[in-house]
Amino acid sequence: MEHASPAPKVLSVTGLSKQYRDTLAVDSISFDVARNEIVGLLGPNGAGKTTTINMILGVLEPSSGSIRIQDLDLATHRSQALERTNFAAVYAPLPGNLTVYQNLRFFGLIYGVGHLAERIEALIKEFDLEKFRDLRSGVLSSGEQTRLGLAKALLNSPELLLLDEPTASLDPAIARDIRTKIREFAAQGTAGVLWTSHNMYEVEQVCHRVLFLSHGKILLQGDPKTLPGEHGKATLEELFITVAREPLALARD
Amino acid sequence: MHLNRTAALVLRQLYLLRGSPARILPLFGWVAIDIVLWGFITRYLSTITRSGFNLVAALLGAVLLWDFFTRVMQGVTTAFFEDVWSRNFLNIFATPLSIWEYVAGLVFSSIATSSIGLIAMLLLATTVFGLSFFMYGLVLVPFLFVLFAFGIALGIVASAMVLRLGPAAEWLVWPIPALISPFAGVFYPLSTLPRWMQVVSHVLPPAYVFEGMRAIVSGGAASPIALLWGAGLAVLYILLACWFFARIFQHALRTGLIARYSAESLS
Repeated sequence: MEHASPAPKVLSVTGLSKQYRDTLAVDSISFDVARNEIVGLLGPNGAGKTTTINMILGVLEPSSGSIRIQDLDLATHRSQALERTNFAAVYAPLPGNLTVYQNLRFFGLIYGVGHLAERIEALIKEFDLEKFRDLRSGVLSSGEQTRLGLAKALLNSPELLLLDEPTASLDPAIARDIRTKIREFAAQGTAGVLWTSHNMYEVEQVCHRVLFLSHGKILLQGDPKTLPGEHGKATLEELFITVAREPLALARD
Repeated sequence: MHLNRTAALVLRQLYLLRGSPARILPLFGWVAIDIVLWGFITRYLSTITRSGFNLVAALLGAVLLWDFFTRVMQGVTTAFFEDVWSRNFLNIFATPLSIWEYVAGLVFSSIATSSIGLIAMLLLATTVFGLSFFMYGLVLVPFLFVLFAFGIALGIVASAMVLRLGPAAEWLVWPIPALISPFAGVFYPLSTLPRWMQVVSHVLPPAYVFEGMRAIVSGGAASPIALLWGAGLAVLYILLACWFFARIFQHALRTGLIARYSAESLS
C-alpha cells in the first residue's frame, strides 16, 4: 500500500521569538505551511499575529529562531527568499501617488516578474481594475485599493502568500470573490497561504488549518471545522472569544 | 545587485515627476531664481567695484556650483521622502530589494533630477549673464565630481537621519546645505575665516572646490593635490554614509521601526 508523501513545506518557522525591551511579543513559536495549504493565524489584538507576519516578511528581525521559505533561510538568503513571497495587508496600501498600472509595474520590476506587461494586464482584468488602470490609487475606494493590493500580492506568483485581514474593507459579495480567488490560487499552484482574519466565518470557509495565538504563544491548532468541538465550543467564534478572554482555561485543557 | 530593481526606483521617480508640476518646478525653478538674483547682484557689483576681478565667474560660478551640490543632496533625500510621504516602507522593504539596491536607486534618481537643474542653471548663467565655463577648463569635471559625491554622501546621511528619527526630522534636513555653506567658503577665501572654522573647512570637500575655483578666477590654477584631497574625502564620506545608513536600517529592522513607521514612531 502506497502512502501519500506529505506536501512540501513552503514555510517553516522554528522557535521564533521577538522581545521588545520588557515585552515578549512572540514567544518561541513553531509552525509550517505546506504547499496548497491555507493556514489561518488567529488571535485577539496584540496576540503577536502581525509581529509574526512582519518577521516572515523580513521587515522585523527576530530575537531568536529561524524562518525558512522553501528551504531558504530568511536571515542569510533574504532577497532570494522574498522573491518567492508576497503579501497584502489592509494597513499597507500601495503608494497613492502612483496609478494602478504604475504601482504594478514598479513592484513587478522589483520582484523581477517575467513578461511583466502581460502579467499586469491579466491581474488588472482578474481583479476588475480595468477602469481604474490610469487612476492614482490614492483616489480608489478602500475596497478597490484592497483589490489592487491583492493584485500586487499575486504579481510574482509567490510560493508563500501572506494575507493580513485581506477582506476587512470589502463588501460581502467582493469578499466572497476574493476568498474564491485565493482558494483557487492555493489549490492550483504550488503556493501556501498564511491568512489572518477576525472573521471566523471566513476562516472556516477558507482555511485548512488554524493556529490560535495568545500572548505570543500558539495556544491551539487544528482543523477550523472540528477544533471548536474538541474544546467544548459550538463555533469557531466562541472559541476565539475564549482564547481572547480566558486563554489560561484553554491552556489547561 | 539587480539593476532592474534599482531601475524600478528611478522609474518610480519619473512617474511621480511626470504627473506632478509641484515636483517638476523645484528641479529648476529655485535654482533659476538663484541664478537670476545673483546674476543681477554680480552685474551691479561689477559696475561699482571696477577692480578688473571677474565677479561673474567668482560669484555666479560659485552660486551655480553650490546650487548643483544642493540639488544633488536633495535629489537623494526627496527620492527617499517619497517612501516616507506615501508610507511605503512596509511594501518596499518586504520585497527582494536589498538595501544597496535601494540606496543605488536613490543615487540614480538624484543624478536624473539634479542634471535637469544643472542644465537649467548653465543655460541661464551663460545666455543671460555671460558666465563662461570654458574659463575653468577641464578642471570643471573634478569640481562637479567632488560636489556630486559629497551631495550624495550628505543625502544618504540625511535619509538615514529621517529613517531613525521619524518623518518630522525632514525639517532638520532642508537647512543642512545652509549650515555647511559658511564653512565651505563658497563666496570667500578660507583665510577669511577664524582658525577653528578653517579646521572644519578642511574636512569639507566643497571647500577645496571653491578655493580652486577662486584660484582660477584670479589667473592662477587649481591645486591638483587639493582637489585630490577633496575627491578622496568625498568618496570616503560616501562609504561612511552607506555604512551609517546600513546601521540605521539594521536598527529599524531590530526595533520594528520599518514596520510601524509613522509620524509618531520616534524612538
